[in-house]
Amino acid sequence: MIAESGHYALVLALALALIQSFVPLIGAWLRDPALMNVARSTALAQMLFVGASFVALVALHVTSDFSVANVYENSHSMKPLIYKITGVWGNHEGSMLLWVSILALFGGLVAAFGNNLPLSLRAHVLAVQAWVASAFYLFILITSNPFLRIANPPIEGRDLNPVLQDIGLAVHPPMLYLGYVGFSISFSFAIAALIEGRIDAAWARWVRPWTLVAWIFLTLGIAMGSYWAYYELGWGGWWFWDPVENASLMPWLAGTALLHSALVMEKRNALKVWTILLSILTFSLSLLGTFLVRSGVLTSVHAFASDPTRGVFILLILCVFIGGSLSLYAARVSSLKQGGLFAPISREGALVLNNLFLTTACATVLVGTLYPLGLEVLTGEKISVGAPFFNLTFGPLFVPLLIAVPFGPMLAWKRGDLLGAAQRLLAAGIVALLALALVWAWAHGGSALAPPAIALAVFVILGSVTDLVERVGLFRAPFGTAMRRARGLPRSVWGTAFAHAGLGIALIGIVCETTWNSEYIGTMKPDDVAHVAGYELKLDGLFQRQGPNFREMIARFEVGRDGESLSVMTPSKRSFTTRGSSTTEAALLTRGASQLYISLGDVTNEGAIAVRIYHKPLVLLIWWGPVLMAFGGLLSLSDRRLRVGAPKPARAQPRLQPAE
Amino acid sequence: MTLWFVFALMTVAAIFAVLWPLGRAGRAQGQDTENQGSEVAVYKDQLAEIERDLAAGLIAAPEAEAARIEIGRRLLAAADSQPALDGRASLKWRRAAAVLALVGLPLVAILVYVPLGSPRLHDFPLAQRDRAPGMQQSLENMVVQVEQHLEKNPTDGRGWNVLAPVLERLGRYDDAVRAYRNSLTYNGESAERRSDLGEALLAAAGGVVTADAKAEFERAHALDAQEPKANYFLGLAAEQDGRKDDAAAIWRGVLAKAPPDAPWRALVQSSLARVGGGSAAPALSDDTIAAAKDMSEGDRGAMIRGMVDRLANRLKQNGDDVDGWLRLVRAYVVMGERDKARGALSDAREAVANDAERLRQLNEGLKNLGLDG
Repeated sequence: MIAESGHYALVLALALALIQSFVPLIGAWLRDPALMNVARSTALAQMLFVGASFVALVALHVTSDFSVANVYENSHSMKPLIYKITGVWGNHEGSMLLWVSILALFGGLVAAFGNNLPLSLRAHVLAVQAWVASAFYLFILITSNPFLRIANPPIEGRDLNPVLQDIGLAVHPPMLYLGYVGFSISFSFAIAALIEGRIDAAWARWVRPWTLVAWIFLTLGIAMGSYWAYYELGWGGWWFWDPVENASLMPWLAGTALLHSALVMEKRNALKVWTILLSILTFSLSLLGTFLVRSGVLTSVHAFASDPTRGVFILLILCVFIGGSLSLYAARVSSLKQGGLFAPISREGALVLNNLFLTTACATVLVGTLYPLGLEVLTGEKISVGAPFFNLTFGPLFVPLLIAVPFGPMLAWKRGDLLGAAQRLLAAGIVALLALALVWAWAHGGSALAPPAIALAVFVILGSVTDLVERVGLFRAPFGTAMRRARGLPRSVWGTAFAHAGLGIALIGIVCETTWNSEYIGTMKPDDVAHVAGYELKLDGLFQRQGPNFREMIARFEVGRDGESLSVMTPSKRSFTTRGSSTTEAALLTRGASQLYISLGDVTNEGAIAVRIYHKPLVLLIWWGPVLMAFGGLLSLSDRRLRVGAPKPARAQPRLQPAE
Repeated sequence: MTLWFVFALMTVAAIFAVLWPLGRAGRAQGQDTENQGSEVAVYKDQLAEIERDLAAGLIAAPEAEAARIEIGRRLLAAADSQPALDGRASLKWRRAAAVLALVGLPLVAILVYVPLGSPRLHDFPLAQRDRAPGMQQSLENMVVQVEQHLEKNPTDGRGWNVLAPVLERLGRYDDAVRAYRNSLTYNGESAERRSDLGEALLAAAGGVVTADAKAEFERAHALDAQEPKANYFLGLAAEQDGRKDDAAAIWRGVLAKAPPDAPWRALVQSSLARVGGGSAAPALSDDTIAAAKDMSEGDRGAMIRGMVDRLANRLKQNGDDVDGWLRLVRAYVVMGERDKARGALSDAREAVANDAERLRQLNEGLKNLGLDG
């Protein structure tokens, strides 16, 4: 009964979404509040029904009901409980159900907390949400139904792909989807604004926090996914410019630009056209990501749940939504009222520059991702576009952006003073140059570009600190006053500083890991010792162990440094009988922000084992950076004040300050 | 019936979600419009925010003044263009929406659900199914259960004993090999288990007595010289190596000691008859010959080619076997592939080049084949 009720709940959600798709629109056209309010109750009911459907699927996985094809194909009765639950979205059908559940959740939240929105705006937004939802409900029910049954259920399931049997699956996809789908809200708001032909302050006040929520989740989701790939795939890499990774990076880049322009929109009533366009682009890129991952056009490490027959359906959804929304944009954007004016050198101007760089970077990623696909479709030739292309295009675009990052918050709204900002950043610049000299003197080997990159990162971090110091007047006012001001500083200011500093921290991690990474690759017999970056790793021996649904060969390494024993590392290879496949479980030893990484290869005939040992200096900074960014986002989100950007008065004397 | 009742309840709840605002609108709408956020409200809030920021010392007085002027300007513009929310009720459309909810929604739900769902199928959670008595279980399901049991209790020797022959019959030879090995580990040595393991290895290798399989039969033979299965397969090994006389001798011995009613007598006799002949084609076991009889010409050719390829592979790994090389060369000659025969010949010479005795044997054999040169 659980299976069929879950199925029926999903069907009812579709029916409700269809009603929600046009009844509120008729209501808005007739200005009938009752018809417009239908959007609200149907959105809430839809959320409940999809939620029930999702809970039903989870229950089926937990009780190992193999009469449901999805459970049979992706579960196993002896899998630990946590993987039975996470296995729900570890497959195509289940993950699509999670996708629509989150979509319905966001729709429900707008319905529940949207009291301070103009009634017709809310009706339009929820109707647009319902369009997206209807399309995806149909997609699930017709091509990827998780509730299809098997009349003669087998006694045992086929188990989940072993690579996915990891705690990463519990966190990464839900986070990523919260990010992807969260951008549907700003998309719906943008479309609603275009349909209504007006975009007002209430609009911006709503879009900014929702975009921020989606951005926080997407940031964490990408970072989590990258760390998961790093420790699970056993290659020691953390970013492969894989099309699926690009698919998540593109909405992040566009979403970051959107976040900044939504802020300008709220504070200064400017950049309306940018905000609308970026809302559409960001969600379109999320849809594109869903298409790339779910249609099976790619064959990559993430292609665990692909089926070419579904591709056409998603492609259709993609074309209708992206094409439709961009056409609507082209037709209606001129009718939007122009917003506030600003000088080229101003906070607004800096943010436009930021948008330009981010969207261009996003475009290069898009080209690098889609070009091989297009080429394959047209000529049948299979090529892969990898790190060299992206390093040459993406990298140079990010360098000027990073140089500009500390300047942005220093400029005043409406008309800024670039020279003044530069003077205030002088200290940060000098320290960055010192860092450059130090790194150059200390480092041997590696790319010549590494020291400047680290200097740039230091500049970005110190730039954020300088902004805070300037605002509280740390060295100008007495210490007590400065501290009082620091406490009174809006949390959104702290959020900005943390997010920008996170960018620099991640950059340091990336540069150190790629430049001064040292490795040992070879075969080792018991009692052999490998020397990597000053550490001695002694292989004690190989052991066998029986897990719940796998057998495991563990290698025990004793790690020492300068003759002193530090720790024991136990990388392993697991073989899963049901799927007949195996995974490598890398062992990680964290020392500060650096890590030792051991991953096992095959055992040779002589009883030796192939091992790869890496020392990755400051590698953890790569993920601490995004976590810090997300924390900054959270701080800003917790700041419930209205955002008002007070402009610099036109005739005020330019207040030049001495460089400190 | 309960299922349909649940469906009905859910449908009613969904319909209610659409009807509720339609019915409620008359009473609460005035208040609703009042509460709705509007541009004016936001600008008023923003003005209040500026006062608070100014009081907290976050912005300076001239900036606050500039912001106030800007927002005031927007506030005036917004107040002018505020769309009149008169909230006209259009009963006609509301009724249409109500009808849509009452008729359309169940209709869509039924039309979509019926072709996709399986309302007659109950849930089958695993916990209930284990206890369900008299459930028809297929052989595969039982095997899975035994495998699960052994996964948890890998030292249950009896379980491996039961499982191994079933796996072999199901054609899962590699698993059968593993099961026989475990059975040997936990039940102890016996000639019978050794020869069973050898047979599974042979089946996994597609009917070729590999070195591993042969080693098992020899071990079985050492444990019990009378073990008929081990002896039979040792004979087969001899035959596949081309030592027909040895094979015949072994099989004659087996037959001499066999009880008159042994079911495998016929098999050994026919094998013996086969080596008595002496065809040029590579040796085939009874089963494969029986299988080959029913095959078309093309299938038979493919089978022979497969066996020849396996032999070639085996020799690539272990090139000491002079008889094997001779058989391979001869097979290629029979199959009419002289190039491959010549290739095999040079491989053979290379493989045994370091061993004068073997080289001599090889050359002699080749002379007999009429192939030297």
